[in-house]
Amino acid sequence: MAAARRPADRWTGVALAAPALAVVGAFFIAPLAMSAIVAFRSKGGGFTLEHFSKAFDLYTTDLLFTLAIVLLSTVLIGLLSIAIAGYLTLGENPRAVAMLRWLYRWPLFIPFVVAGQVMRTFLAKNGMLNHVLIGSGLIEPLSAQSMLDWRGIVVAFVWKQAPFVTLLLAGAMASLESQHIEAARNLGARRLRVLIDIVLPQVRGTLLVGLVLSFVTMLSVLSVPLMINPNSPTMVTVDVAYRINTFADYPVANALCLLSLVLAAGGAWFYLRHASKKIEATA
Amino acid sequence: MNAMTLPSPLRSLLRAVLLALFAFAIFGPLLNLFLWAFAERWYFPSKLPLEYGLTFWYRVFQPRGNALASLGTSIWIAVLTVFLSLAVAVPAGYALARLRLPWRSGILLAFLLPQAVPNLPVYVNIAQVFYQIGLNGTILGVVLVHASHGLVLAVWIASAAFASVDVSLEEAARNLGASAWTCFRTVTLPIAAPGLIASAIFVFLESLDEFTGTYFVGVPDVTTLPLLMFNASMGGNYQIASITALLLLIPSIGFMLVVERFLKADVLAMVGR
Repeated sequence: MAAARRPADRWTGVALAAPALAVVGAFFIAPLAMSAIVAFRSKGGGFTLEHFSKAFDLYTTDLLFTLAIVLLSTVLIGLLSIAIAGYLTLGENPRAVAMLRWLYRWPLFIPFVVAGQVMRTFLAKNGMLNHVLIGSGLIEPLSAQSMLDWRGIVVAFVWKQAPFVTLLLAGAMASLESQHIEAARNLGARRLRVLIDIVLPQVRGTLLVGLVLSFVTMLSVLSVPLMINPNSPTMVTVDVAYRINTFADYPVANALCLLSLVLAAGGAWFYLRHASKKIEATA
Repeated sequence: MNAMTLPSPLRSLLRAVLLALFAFAIFGPLLNLFLWAFAERWYFPSKLPLEYGLTFWYRVFQPRGNALASLGTSIWIAVLTVFLSLAVAVPAGYALARLRLPWRSGILLAFLLPQAVPNLPVYVNIAQVFYQIGLNGTILGVVLVHASHGLVLAVWIASAAFASVDVSLEEAARNLGASAWTCFRTVTLPIAAPGLIASAIFVFLESLDEFTGTYFVGVPDVTTLPLLMFNASMGGNYQIASITALLLLIPSIGFMLVVERFLKADVLAMVGR
């Protein structure tokens, strides 16, 4: 490798990376470690599990609710992004491909808090979705209902996150060897088969990274559940904010935070392994 | 042609219907927001606003209104966050891309962690610490929280940008007698500049849009635009909330339209966000 010709490089590198490491260490890693300490410390200073048992007593439903919502959203995001990126790669109608490429990415950088506000009006009983459904005769005016519950959260998450995964996935698909795809097409394989058997296995890593990042991000979104579905059962993030704002109850709030870390742990582990390998390979 | 079962006019129709549905899913919610921003009165069960107007726009943009103040606060925080993040991320990115580092995998892990771990515990505890040392409710406190998250993105993009600079160009400059610093300043930095600008934009946007950290650390004195929007929405003032949301949409959509000019898909994939 071209790097590291001079022995001095070793310590220059450390010196250059140190300020950034200090910021991440002080304002991210230290508070994270603190969370683990506060959650297990009793009033007297000893070790205790009482905060966790209280967290489970009060919020088991919400923990399961959170996991269900985030898992469902992740699955939907995966299916949608495979469908869109697949069509962008294998679609035969250039105009349809161009339109889809232009369409799908609008929510890409829209913040969650705005997505929450957008869906709050769109999915309400008097929102545009119901008016369109009624206007097109798909539902009766009387059966119109508000979707501002778990469905609203899922819709907001998928609407906001699917374009991101699609962008990554479409990028990865575009950089595949086109000979394989063409060979399969020439042999008469249908597009769906090509997508499932040839394209998807080669972009699995990118898809998983995108989904894991989305999963972890959605786990700690506070604004969307607060705006769409603040009442129980709701997501753990809302409970954490409630414990702190109403009771200044940091131990139970931290116990809940650690439990959501556990929910994210598997995904995070996969992601860290994959991403550091990838950076190692390019750097 | 391959073995498709549907006749071609039917296929075109199906394609058009699906595209139209997709367009509605993307733009319907945004259009709804747009209508709310210009609605003077809109009650159940009318499908469209009863009266359109700009009354709420005047209210948002009145010189002493808190929306303009929040916009100013948001931009100021985002600018400071960009400066702090890039000041520490550019050297770190260069070190990761070009120099040999001891404990390299540990350092990489530290820079990946803020993306891979839910951020809520961090915000909760940092708010408690900042409260004790008087940083809660200050601009500096919010900037530090935004930067600790934003600089991670900046490190990766900067590292990718430096890694893509051809080493032989640097070697040529060094062989012609340039010092390491001159070589970095006149060769490496200009070539990597587009990537660095992209990382600055990413950090700026992320700070501008950040909600949860500001929600915990900014209270009660720092009200950024996302918090103002949230408060208006929870207070039932959909017009103010929608107008503020539109303001927040402008930079997000602008960046979405140009993102691929700054970053190629492969860099984006590596950034992973």
